[in-house]
Amino acid sequence: MRAFRHRLNRFREDATLAHSDTAEPTRRDFLYIATGAMGAVGAGALAWPFIDQMNPDASALALASIEVDVSAVEEGQSITVKWRGKPVFIRYRTETEINEATSVPIGDLPDQLARNSNLPDGAEATDANRAAEGMEQWLVQVGICTHLGCVPLGSSGDFGGWFCPCHGSHYDTAGRIRKGPAPENLLIPPFEFVSDTTIKIG
Amino acid sequence: MAGHSNYVPQSAAAKWLESRLPVISLVRGSFVDFPTPKNLNYWWTFGGILAIMLMAQIITGIVLVMHYTPSTGAAFDSVEHIMRDVNFGWMLRYLHTNGASMFFIAVYIHIFRGLYYGSYKAPREISWILGVIIFLIMMGTAFMGYVLPWGQMSFWGATVITNLFSAIPLVGEAIRTWLWGGFAVDNPTLNRFFSLHYLLPFMILGVVILHVWAFHTTGNNNPTGVQPKSKKDTLPFHPYYTIKDLFAIVVFLIFFSWFAFYVPNYMGHPDNYIEANPLVTPAHIVPEWYFLPFYAILRAVPDKLGGVLAMFGAIAILFVLPWLDTSKVRSGSYRPLFKQFFWIFAANAVALGYLGAMPAEGVYVILSQICTVYYFAHFLLILPLLGFMEKPLPLPASISEAVLKGGSGSPAGAVAAPDTK
Amino acid sequence: MSTMIKMVRALTAAAAIAVAAPAFAAGDGPHIERQQWSFAGPFGTFERGQLQRGFKVYQEVCAACHGLRQVAFRNLAEEGGPSFSEEQAKVIAAEYTVVDGPNDEGDMYDRPAILADKFPSPFPNEQAARASNGGAYPPDFSLLAKARAAHRGFPWFVFDAFTQYQEQGPDYIYALLTGYEEDPEGVEVPVGQYYNHSFLAGQFIGMAPPLSDELVEYTDDTPMTTEQYARDVSAFMMWAAEPHLEARKKMGFRVMIFLIVFAGLLYFTKKHLWRNVEH
Repeated sequence: MRAFRHRLNRFREDATLAHSDTAEPTRRDFLYIATGAMGAVGAGALAWPFIDQMNPDASALALASIEVDVSAVEEGQSITVKWRGKPVFIRYRTETEINEATSVPIGDLPDQLARNSNLPDGAEATDANRAAEGMEQWLVQVGICTHLGCVPLGSSGDFGGWFCPCHGSHYDTAGRIRKGPAPENLLIPPFEFVSDTTIKIG
Repeated sequence: MAGHSNYVPQSAAAKWLESRLPVISLVRGSFVDFPTPKNLNYWWTFGGILAIMLMAQIITGIVLVMHYTPSTGAAFDSVEHIMRDVNFGWMLRYLHTNGASMFFIAVYIHIFRGLYYGSYKAPREISWILGVIIFLIMMGTAFMGYVLPWGQMSFWGATVITNLFSAIPLVGEAIRTWLWGGFAVDNPTLNRFFSLHYLLPFMILGVVILHVWAFHTTGNNNPTGVQPKSKKDTLPFHPYYTIKDLFAIVVFLIFFSWFAFYVPNYMGHPDNYIEANPLVTPAHIVPEWYFLPFYAILRAVPDKLGGVLAMFGAIAILFVLPWLDTSKVRSGSYRPLFKQFFWIFAANAVALGYLGAMPAEGVYVILSQICTVYYFAHFLLILPLLGFMEKPLPLPASISEAVLKGGSGSPAGAVAAPDTK
Repeated sequence: MSTMIKMVRALTAAAAIAVAAPAFAAGDGPHIERQQWSFAGPFGTFERGQLQRGFKVYQEVCAACHGLRQVAFRNLAEEGGPSFSEEQAKVIAAEYTVVDGPNDEGDMYDRPAILADKFPSPFPNEQAARASNGGAYPPDFSLLAKARAAHRGFPWFVFDAFTQYQEQGPDYIYALLTGYEEDPEGVEVPVGQYYNHSFLAGQFIGMAPPLSDELVEYTDDTPMTTEQYARDVSAFMMWAAEPHLEARKKMGFRVMIFLIVFAGLLYFTKKHLWRNVEH
């Protein structure tokens, strides 16, 4: 590489010289430009495998979906499962929690987007848009605080939802950010109920 | 090194840096303005090729470590994980395994170039000795790297080589157990080899810097072996040798790519695609090709300790080579007898390599013994005596003269005509 | 340059002398016939149909004893392989049962395999495999095509580097599968073993002849012969051992073209820079 850089410098010097001597590019210029360009292309192409090897590999990508049996989860309870190495909160919400969440005007929310991977990007952060479609008692969300990635605690905080102990972010019973430094509502992963008691995440 | 640069910093920033850390003039003095004999032939490009190969091995190695698991239970599968799942993993691994072979091809050519042109002779003894040290560390690195995939050859290669140390009287057994960290090659052995395999290349890098420093202090040798006498004999390293080295490096990369992309398992052994099994030894165990000459020497001696001593002696003798060659003339180009013995020695080394791959039985044993004796005789008898018995050809007065009279390094131009310039 | 050519010539001569003496020795062991493979050579690619047929042979004949533990079901649908559709691969996976768990009660349980799973091995461990096979160990197929090769010997191994002969594994597997014959006269074949003139580890092999004509149903008009089955399963095993073979050769071609053109440009640049130097 160093040799190449030297070449390039040398080429620049030569190029300036050549241009001060003659108005037109010479054959030498062409040779140097071609060689330098070829070297640059080669170095760029060579870098890619070394970068791409750090991306998720084929086996990691293949493990992208899991199925969870939620038949044992009672109203007011939640479970945490691991999906793609991250916790996913699955909560069977009570009527009170849902009422609390629906009573909040959208305008009061710091983040007014649903952040639901199953809905279009611009969807509003209504409780219906946050809960599972057709089964609004169920809330499925990635248990990662949108601030700096800690795992929030359940059934706590000022709004009865989740509270992140790291930097004090408060989420409500629909997993929406209400207070604290986190910028976004908790992310809802792609999921579906494949039966009444089984959720497929991913 | 820096002394060769007439660099004067121009910009304020360069002046500021230069007065605090003269790194620009150091680099310029070593790799830009450095006066290099103008008659270096393509055999001299292997130094640059080796520098590139060392970097290539370090970079692919660092990347492979991101996916490799050093544990007897997981090593083999993690290598297959690299080969099958990791993005470009197959390429990185094939570049690394074949890169080791390419590294040795280049280093052997580099060593034989030094042997032919007398690059080990005064005043370059230190550079030569550092080179032998690099060669030794390289062998250790390559050996431990071969253990990491934890195939059958990895395991049995490690077993055989570590058992060499048990030949040492009194403490041998203790040393072997210490190397193993147990009573056989096992998980502790694999882990320590992994650690050292990662460490040693950086030690090579350090010694390489000393190696270059040493011959930049004495100046490069050249095909005539005559020291540069004036500015007419040298060229600035850049652009003349940067471009020449770069061209040679790319040609070498073509050769490398042929193996890495088209015959990636040619240099390897099929048995290493079988996971290590401490209960079954493969029918034929052979080391990697680059160790074969030394392996042949090991097996030529029908005594455990003797074999080990002969093998290590074959490398150790290189350390004292500068003092075994008694000839006043440096370059083999001007030594008619030495030249012939050099090629016999080269053929003998290739023969040892071939014998190392053959089973240790029958005629192969006798041939190995003859070749081993010749190997040592070359250093201990032929080189010391040649210096007294040989009548060298007349040397050119300077590099420029040799160049003008005929091809570089050719004695044809060496007829007495001292002052052409 | 002339010195270099001279030295190359001398080096070649030296090498020739050095190896000429013991040249004829190598090459003991069975003679393995070289076969034609679609994946040989610098532009080689697998033949999709052959890999699919080979997989069928593996599934119906070999899989009872031989595992394929490094290969995942998803690989069957990946580029450069047998190119089953993802749906087909899912159906194939679902035919296998893998152990998963522990579940909430702490027990391991069986479930149908999914694409992310690897092929389950037919035996839980080597001891179980040996116990079921009269002491012989049916090796795993994942890497076998790279883990077996007949000894080539001088000078063939030198030529192999230039002719890119890398198909020794599939050649050997094909030779082995078609190498069974009637016990020759005067040869005592041990009980439970079979005579095979291609077996690397001796003439007697613990595996009964696995293939016979008409054994596996091919739906296209490919001949249903032992030779064809052997050829197809060998190709499949080569893919299993080297799933990125096609990508590798394709990449190699690009790299070669690049390096050759780059070397050419560097050569002329070098020549130009050195034009005024006597050297």
